[in-house]
Amino acid sequence: MTISVTINGEPIAATVEPRLLVCDFLRDHLGLTGTHIGCEHGVCGACTVLVDGRTARSCLMFAAQLDGAEVETVEGLLLPDGELSPLQASFRDNHGLQCGFCTPGMLMTATELLRQDGRLDREGVREAISGNLCRCTGYETIVDAILTAGRDQAEETA
Amino acid sequence: MKPAPFDYRRPATKAEALRLLSDHRDDDAKILAGGQSLVPMMNFRMAQPTVIIDINRLSDLAFVEERGECIAIGALTRHNDVMHHLLVRIHLPLLAMAYENVAHHTIRNRGTIGGNVVHADAASEVPAVLTALDAEFVIESTEGVRVVGADDFFLGVFTTAVETHELLVEIRIPRPNARAGVSFEEVSLRKGDFAIVSVAVEIAADDGQIESARIAIGGVEERALRAEAAEQALVGASLSDDVIQAAAAAQIDAISFFDAPGLSAAYRRDTAKALLERNIRAAAARAGRMN
Repeated sequence: MTISVTINGEPIAATVEPRLLVCDFLRDHLGLTGTHIGCEHGVCGACTVLVDGRTARSCLMFAAQLDGAEVETVEGLLLPDGELSPLQASFRDNHGLQCGFCTPGMLMTATELLRQDGRLDREGVREAISGNLCRCTGYETIVDAILTAGRDQAEETA
Repeated sequence: MKPAPFDYRRPATKAEALRLLSDHRDDDAKILAGGQSLVPMMNFRMAQPTVIIDINRLSDLAFVEERGECIAIGALTRHNDVMHHLLVRIHLPLLAMAYENVAHHTIRNRGTIGGNVVHADAASEVPAVLTALDAEFVIESTEGVRVVGADDFFLGVFTTAVETHELLVEIRIPRPNARAGVSFEEVSLRKGDFAIVSVAVEIAADDGQIESARIAIGGVEERALRAEAAEQALVGASLSDDVIQAAAAAQIDAISFFDAPGLSAAYRRDTAKALLERNIRAAAARAGRMN
């Protein structure tokens, strides 16, 4: 079937088989390999993307379901000049990644969190990323990175 | 590409969805709502439906409404939308409390309350709460509408009253006694996992005397268990540690616990007993405070 979908602000049309998963659509059809595939059954969170502004496991959606939707992937976080976004830079500065496999999912989960109102605290960030598995960092530096990005964002808008 | 091939249908209206279900009643058709349980099973090819009926466009099935003495929740309402809804926070605190234990934020963004209950995992939190609160389930097909209570809805592991040609459209929860105290707690391997054992309790008390008790236990039988032995032991009694312990003991004696790999029946029994006592005490304390 044919779908119309906006990926990182760019409208595209594609013909997909109904059983094609969103993660495979992004990686194999569009070459957007920033979205990582870990467990392929909704447990690890590595494949998290934003669909119409809300995080979703891209391994648990069919590309056919994206017809009319807006999708944001980790590739869409980069600033127009190609520099890392403040959130990404905060992950780098706070050592919020080691092997990097979980990072795209962590970044998209944190992106949704930072767009919500309200102050972030350590417990809230831990809860927010509890559905994303990381086997390297022990999570503390990821929490640091998200809290720092949140604080910088709040100062900028204050 | 992991799932086996299927035909994809995306009805725009409920009437169209019901017609498709009727047309495909003998075709191993499956309804796709949030997909947070169905799609993993399809990825593993444990489920290989030949027709997928995607109901995500039926936005009139996503709501939380006050309706007389009930709170009505549309089957397609996403978990996060139920969990954070003001009506749920005010009138159904037990459901809101249980939701703190349901999966993770991203899963709750897409997963629906209807999909959760129709999936009917024996250890799932929401079915346990709906069993405790005497919820009713509105089921539709081209042949009409029927309403069934929780006891007739949840039939066993992954089994409900919803037939292949039917669609769960709405859940109605009688508004609980506003003075009641509630408590929900579970033990699971990791936060967000299904419970090993969960316990939901709602207690109304007046001057230390228990007026009503509604209790459900998840994870110990093939469906959430209404803890009638404990309820009977509590109603009419005066609140005390002895009464709470006796009620929990009476209930535990009425259950035959099962062994599972890595989890003995004895562990599950001890966990259920501890959670029963703890949640009854917490709910009773909250009920007391509100008087």
